[in-house]
Amino acid sequence: MSLRTPLARVRGLGSAKDGTHHWWMQRLTAVALVPLTLWFAVGVIAHVGAELSAVRLWLARPINAGAMILFVAAVFHHGQLGMQVVIEDYVHHEGLKLAGIVAVKLVSALLALTCAVAVVQIATAQ
Amino acid sequence: MRAFDARRRNVFEHKDNGMAARERPLSPHLQVYRPQLTSVLSISHRIAGVGLMIGTLMLTCWLVAAAQGPTAYEILQVWLASPVGKILLLGWSLCLFFHLLNGIRHLLWDAGWGFELKQAYATGYAVLAGTVVLTLAAWFAAYGVAR
Repeated sequence: MSLRTPLARVRGLGSAKDGTHHWWMQRLTAVALVPLTLWFAVGVIAHVGAELSAVRLWLARPINAGAMILFVAAVFHHGQLGMQVVIEDYVHHEGLKLAGIVAVKLVSALLALTCAVAVVQIATAQ
Repeated sequence: MRAFDARRRNVFEHKDNGMAARERPLSPHLQVYRPQLTSVLSISHRIAGVGLMIGTLMLTCWLVAAAQGPTAYEILQVWLASPVGKILLLGWSLCLFFHLLNGIRHLLWDAGWGFELKQAYATGYAVLAGTVVLTLAAWFAAYGVAR
């Protein structure tokens, strides 16, 4: 047990600097996701059980392709930020915490790009 | 009670360190706090968010299958129409609408509105009601109408 106060221990270490940015991006993507999620839900519901050709035709329209790519980007950015906070709060082993955060960020980036490429492929194939 | 006694001891240890002069709880401890709507919705928001992140795997599969071709898309459709697929879809739609509505509740808090206890509970119940209504509406629209 150290007799030093928490303030003394933290002084000189410097700030993390990007706390506000994390918070702000989480809110920015949240705001974007409100209309995008409603659009996504309506689009998916409209195509439950539909032929692939109908789904492709819908996704190939520039407005829908654009909205889907934006939705995917916002979803993975928002989700990745949220998962980071969850891992930081519940994983107390430093190494596991770092590995978890890195894994979530890299997998999110891969999935987001995969989704975006799929949408572009569908849009250009029509 | 045992956990509580242990915490009381912690408080005294802090006192020995000259950290905390007064005897009081350090922070809300899950073991002694009765679950309430606000706290349950708070942790549910996180759980739903994690659930939705798992759901992004299905979103990716859906888009990739649609880009791949009719065979891949057919396999995915058959799987999603199975009981397991439907249970997963029900879970994800519940998570989606809950996280969406509760997220709006969080954005209102960020804007500085709704911190009063009365409002926090009213919006909390509204989120729960809205989640049920939107999920039912979505499932009725998707499967209820004869296709």
